[in-house]
Amino acid sequence: MTALLEVEDLRVAYGKIEAVKGISFTVDAGQVVTLIGTNGAGKTTTLRTLSGLLKPSGGTIRFEGKDLNKVPAHKVVSLGLAHSPEGRHIFPRMSIEDNLRLGAYLRDDRDGIAKDIQRAYDLFPILGERRRQAAGTLSGGEQQMLAMGRALMSQPKLLMLDEPSMGLSPIMMQKIMATISELKAQGTTILLVEQNAQAALSLADHGYVMEVGKITLTGTGQELLHDESVRKAYLGED
Amino acid sequence: MTTKPTKPSKIARTTTAIIPLPATAARAVTIAGAALTLAGTFLAWTWTSDFPGDLTVTGYPGGLQVLTLVGAVLTLLFALSGYNVRGLGWLTPGGTNSPVRLSALGVFGTTGYTIGAISYELGGLVNLEPGAWLSGGGALLAVIGALGLPADQPHDEDAGLWGKLRNALTAPEPGRAKDLSSWAEILIITAAFGIGLWVFSYGIATEYSELFIGFVVLAAFAFSAVLRAGLIKRLSALTAKHRNVTLSAAFAAAICFPFTQSNDQFALIGANILIFATVALGLNVVVGLAGLLDLGYVAFLGVGAYAAALVSGSPQSTIGVHFPFWAAVLTGVAASLVFGVLIGAPTLRLRGDYLAIVTLGFGEIFRITMNSLNGTSGPDVTNGSNGIPNIPDLELFGFNFGVPHDVLGFQLTRPGNYYLLMLLFTAIVVMVFRRSAESRIGRAWVAIREDETAATAMGINGFRLKLLAFALGAALAGLAGSVQAHVSYSVTPEQYQFAGSVPPNSAFLLAAVILGGMGTISGPLIGAALLYLIPAKLQFMADYQLLLFGIALMLLMRFRPEGLVADRRKQLEFHETGQTDVPDAATLPEGATGVAKAGA
Ligand SMILES: Nc1ncnc2c1ncn2[C@@H]1O[C@H](COP(=O)(O)OP(=O)(O)OP(=O)(O)O)[C@@H](O)[C@H]1O
Ligand SMILES: [Mg+2]
Repeated sequence: MTALLEVEDLRVAYGKIEAVKGISFTVDAGQVVTLIGTNGAGKTTTLRTLSGLLKPSGGTIRFEGKDLNKVPAHKVVSLGLAHSPEGRHIFPRMSIEDNLRLGAYLRDDRDGIAKDIQRAYDLFPILGERRRQAAGTLSGGEQQMLAMGRALMSQPKLLMLDEPSMGLSPIMMQKIMATISELKAQGTTILLVEQNAQAALSLADHGYVMEVGKITLTGTGQELLHDESVRKAYLGED
Repeated sequence: MTTKPTKPSKIARTTTAIIPLPATAARAVTIAGAALTLAGTFLAWTWTSDFPGDLTVTGYPGGLQVLTLVGAVLTLLFALSGYNVRGLGWLTPGGTNSPVRLSALGVFGTTGYTIGAISYELGGLVNLEPGAWLSGGGALLAVIGALGLPADQPHDEDAGLWGKLRNALTAPEPGRAKDLSSWAEILIITAAFGIGLWVFSYGIATEYSELFIGFVVLAAFAFSAVLRAGLIKRLSALTAKHRNVTLSAAFAAAICFPFTQSNDQFALIGANILIFATVALGLNVVVGLAGLLDLGYVAFLGVGAYAAALVSGSPQSTIGVHFPFWAAVLTGVAASLVFGVLIGAPTLRLRGDYLAIVTLGFGEIFRITMNSLNGTSGPDVTNGSNGIPNIPDLELFGFNFGVPHDVLGFQLTRPGNYYLLMLLFTAIVVMVFRRSAESRIGRAWVAIREDETAATAMGINGFRLKLLAFALGAALAGLAGSVQAHVSYSVTPEQYQFAGSVPPNSAFLLAAVILGGMGTISGPLIGAALLYLIPAKLQFMADYQLLLFGIALMLLMRFRPEGLVADRRKQLEFHETGQTDVPDAATLPEGATGVAKAGA
């Protein structure tokens, strides 16, 4: 079985500063894979490069065997890669429903879109209640739900989530994590970047630990959860 | 040890009036004042017909007296509605007393202005006849009475005079209207547009600047009064419900306009307003929907006009061809479209500021180039600063636009013909705007404007969509330009400047869009009408026009940054507090949500 996503020796630089220094990892179809690491490790940079918003300075990205390096950002979605970016980036002055519709921008099956909008409302009922409200008036957690719902609207093969629990209350956070497991159960492949290592590792099939642009540790979610250095560095134990 | 938190001192809120009068007395005074004003308009205001409009007749109001009369009637109606007179309650679903105050102030303003103008122009107060004193005194009395009426909304008890006054002119929003049968609702919409047409035609047909100033003063106050009364809100709820009826009513009213004008000059103003308004609406695609700042937009109007002029068969055209009407229009559109793509393609990849600079440059280069292609400093294409004169009138299916025609017993003159043609084009542009704003493309434009990175991540090709908006805008301007060339008989480079005292120029176009309301349809149309009419009517102020224009823009941006007609989204942007932006499901058709409210 070939991996859905294969990243090999990926390098990304902002001008002269190299933020990602040759990392390799794979995501198999149906898995939840998590990328954890300290602030500034390069996780967001990696995701942004995968979705074409940044150009790599070296290495290869293959998605379903196809080389992604030369694909322009607006074409990446059509290949089946959706990105819920760090800081949400919803369209604040558009209605919630229009935000969701924009997630399905490249689709033209009206019935399918309507069905998926309904699915997003089932997943996050609060979005359904406020469907005509401007997205900017939602709370931070609700905006996070919208960003996730919007990313799902493109029916992605791989969903990339950048810190979906950022700034959320513990209850909201649990809810988001539950949603991720639900999506996994429905067969969505997920690449998850999280600060909350405990939660991310508990539900991940596989995890990678990143430090200043490099992957320093890898293993199954459970292995990393019980690894001593991980516990020390990310779970606040000594 | 715990300390008790000090109790926050609570400021009581009241609705006390500015002038302390018992409410019943205040209302009686207002009504008496308005009635006296009304009576005064039937008497002579001055002894000589030297003052324009002939205010010497007793028994028959004329000129500025008519304005006072209309304002007084409005004040009376609003004031009586406050007595809960049966059958008048519908007038004030929102505020009750603030409309009285505003209309009384409007009457006072117009009447006061008239009295001042008579005394100034004829040399002294001695030139006033008793009627003027009666109306003036009555108007003052009405204002005093109106200021004695309680406020519609409570204010802090310790508010200063200024705060009280500002509060006294505000009103609560009206609640939900009773559901009427739909034919009654359609009738109301029709009546509203009828009144709108009447007011607008009156404004255009004002023959002297005194009358126009009086008109503007009264219209501004009366509009605010109607707004505070909650009638505009009620009307827009109806228009949102019957959008197609509204559009048809608007166009029907617009079609009637040339038939109300006996004077050629005023019909020509109408045609020119339509040209200006259509171009402004085209610019609104670029600025309002896609969020691209285009400072040289008038050049696309120029490209269309020059292209149409060159193939018009004018003896001065350097190309000796005479295209039929449709081909000339297509030539104008195509030429502008090509220029739009040529200018847009290299610049739209850059960020916003560069686009503004490049388009500003393009606008100037266009004008200078048209000046230089004169046979001396370049090849002879455009006759340089002489332009291309003697453009023959259009002919369509044997209908010559240059000569008068009789339609159902009404005479339609040359400007009237062009007005109707232009109206057809305006309708096309309105349709294009509405279609694109509500489509997937319109949503993508707004997404790019809000967050281009996120839009890209949704699969939106930002560059291609921006180019589409830019080219579409250019083509719409070209369309208007091809008619403009024929209406004005000639095209010259100086018609297409960045800023000037005569619209359309790039600065005025942008102002019409921003002042009217970005992203809406009616906004730029209203903005363009005002920006055309005011300079055209007040030519004695031509020297100060740009200064006044600047001051007006600053005031507007300070007090109503979203423009006269607010896009729902814009309103959210500028007045964050207290906005929930939850339209009723019934008033918004599916698919219209969130996208620029095109029908506004
Ligand atoms: N636009 C930029 N220009 C220059 N440097 C940048 C830019 N964005 C990120 N960096 C740098 O790249 C490095 C990696 O940043 P990145 O945002 O990928 O970290 P991260 O792992 O997502 O961190 P966090 O967990 O705090 O979100 C950091 O040192 C950061 O300062
Ligand atoms: Mg990050």
